[in-house]
Amino acid sequence: MITLNQIAKEYKKVRVLDVEALEIPKGQSFGLVGNNGAGKTTMFSMLLDLVRPTTGYIMNNDVRVDQSEAWKPFTAAFLDESFLIGYLTPEEYFYFIGELRGQNKADVDRLLKGFEDFFNGEILGVKKYLRDLSKGNQKKVGIVAALIGNPEVIILDEPFANLDPTTQIRLKKILRELKETTEVTVLISSHDLMHVTEVCERIVVLEKGVVVKDIKTSPETLKELEVFFSGELKENVPAS
Amino acid sequence: MLKKFITLQWRSFIRSASFQTNLALKILMGFLALYFIFVFSMLGAFSYKIIQEQLNQDPLMVLNRFLVFYLVGDLVMRYLMQRMPVVNIKPLLSLPFSKNKIVHFSLWKTVISFFNIVHAFFFIPFFIVLLTEGYPAANAVAWLVMVTALIYSNNFLNVFLNDIDTVFYTVLTALLLLAGLTYYQVFDITQYTGPVFTWVYDHPIWSVVPVVILVGLYLTAFKYFRNRLYLDDGLKGKTSTVTSEDLTWLNRFGGLAVFLKNDIKLIKRNKRSRTTIFMSLAFIFYGLLFFSGGIEVYEGPVWRIFAGIFVTGGFLFTFGQFVPSWDSSYYPLMMSQNIKYRDYLNSKWWLMVIATLLTTVVASFYLYFGWEVYLAIVVSAIYNIGVNSHVVLWGGAYIKTPIDLTSNKKAFGDKQAFNVKTLLLTIPKLILPLLLYGAGHYTLGPNFGYILVVVAGLAGFAFKDRVFNVIEKVYKSEKYKTLVAYKQKS
Repeated sequence: MITLNQIAKEYKKVRVLDVEALEIPKGQSFGLVGNNGAGKTTMFSMLLDLVRPTTGYIMNNDVRVDQSEAWKPFTAAFLDESFLIGYLTPEEYFYFIGELRGQNKADVDRLLKGFEDFFNGEILGVKKYLRDLSKGNQKKVGIVAALIGNPEVIILDEPFANLDPTTQIRLKKILRELKETTEVTVLISSHDLMHVTEVCERIVVLEKGVVVKDIKTSPETLKELEVFFSGELKENVPAS
Repeated sequence: MLKKFITLQWRSFIRSASFQTNLALKILMGFLALYFIFVFSMLGAFSYKIIQEQLNQDPLMVLNRFLVFYLVGDLVMRYLMQRMPVVNIKPLLSLPFSKNKIVHFSLWKTVISFFNIVHAFFFIPFFIVLLTEGYPAANAVAWLVMVTALIYSNNFLNVFLNDIDTVFYTVLTALLLLAGLTYYQVFDITQYTGPVFTWVYDHPIWSVVPVVILVGLYLTAFKYFRNRLYLDDGLKGKTSTVTSEDLTWLNRFGGLAVFLKNDIKLIKRNKRSRTTIFMSLAFIFYGLLFFSGGIEVYEGPVWRIFAGIFVTGGFLFTFGQFVPSWDSSYYPLMMSQNIKYRDYLNSKWWLMVIATLLTTVVASFYLYFGWEVYLAIVVSAIYNIGVNSHVVLWGGAYIKTPIDLTSNKKAFGDKQAFNVKTLLLTIPKLILPLLLYGAGHYTLGPNFGYILVVVAGLAGFAFKDRVFNVIEKVYKSEKYKTLVAYKQKS
């Protein structure tokens, strides 16, 4: 579905992302982990053509993302609050996204019905603009909006951050359901190793822009990741 | 401590994105400031003589009569244009700065604002003329003290006005009403206010009163902010309950409806964008200055087109100028959603066209000044739709100043909607139609001038698709830079 070819990004001669080749097949649940500055958000932004690669290119379902806009109809994303329109109410925002994706009001309502649990009564009918919602609730809106219109590729940047424990569990359920479908390719990034191992079939570890691990998730994966990141911790502590 | 504040301010000033990218604009604004300073000092120096010769009255008394309008007008200008320059308060709260110091500093910073200084350029020359004309020094000084105190009272009053829209609109309506009544000599408020100011001049000791008012306002402003210096109070902003809107009547616009709906909500729900409506109304009446023959320099025929462009183009200039900046806070969404540039641009274009048509209809009251006047307005409207709407969209792609729509919610800073930049950027859009009309007017007569302008407008209209192709390309090539620029919130 998605391939990265020789992707590199430099800011003032500093390489923040350098991926030789990475292929994400259709239907895969793909997890991206890495410390701050590892290049996760940069990579996701490139998938959406929000950041231009210094070299290389990205193909999304045979569309080269920096040359054509044909990937937009089947790709949905929520990276941060700049994907929300602050002066709309949640309902208006959902309908807006729905209209952009060729869904009428009834379609959107039907989809939203399935997320009543996830919203926990804090989103629909609260009579507030999105900008007045808490960070966590904003995130809920953004995540659900990314699911409108049956996209084939869904990109979520740190979807678990800022969510309360109950919602995290509900989100995991949603993501696991998406994992079961072979139609939808899901890409998420996370700092929470436990969550990401639970909902992703494959986990890629980025370190300073380079892919250092590419694991097919198994019961041992969490341990492996923990060892990896604590090892990194030891390396970084100066020997005393 | 003060030094720390000043360093912080200085850094936020020189490191802001708009400063670095728009140096040219800053310089232009500097020139504009110089121009105002020049105009004000000339007025101050010569108004004494002019009033004396024209009206045969004591210039000071005349000035006193109209001082009330001067002051209220100043307040309105401040509300519209003066930004409250304040330190970024939130990060300071938990640091060892005393809250009193933070508030004092924020308030004192407003004292050196251009909107206060510029009046000095009028009143001080006038004051000097008074002295040279033999007015007693003590009385003149008292008068100057009073005026200065009142101007600064406005400054602190504005701090409150910014928080309460209704107060502002009440003041504005009252002003317009009183000005109208005075003009038509139904009720002359200046008969009552003039003597008050003159009283202070006659009895210098009474100049203490405005100073006391000023101190009182400062302390009130201080208390007001000091008490609200909490995250859940003054620094939070109001949230009111709102309802969702469908705006289904816009569905007739087909694919564009989805954007049009959004734009209308954008304008309705954000103070910053709401002001564009207010400004376009103000622009409609701007033409009165030209057509009523009130100002002599505007009598030349070419000025008709100038006025017409402004009358019908208020919205186009104030709103269109900042496409796509209005969408800056969610630009990544717009760039990654299933949106075609053309639809997006088209919807903005339609919005401007609709607004221009509406203003043209509203401006039909200019028929009162004769059909030639209204013809000039209609001709200008055609030019605005055909040419300026494109120019504005084109220019917008390069502006890249993020607009913080939520700024009206911040308690202290940055809540202003309309700024001087908007005005400056309109100048180039005026020159071409003026030249065209002038070329026609001075060769074959006014009708030929109108025809030339209309033809230019229609040509622009005919080439809409071509022009949109170009604009689309610009948007695409500027996309990444724009995304980066919008990320920085000033």
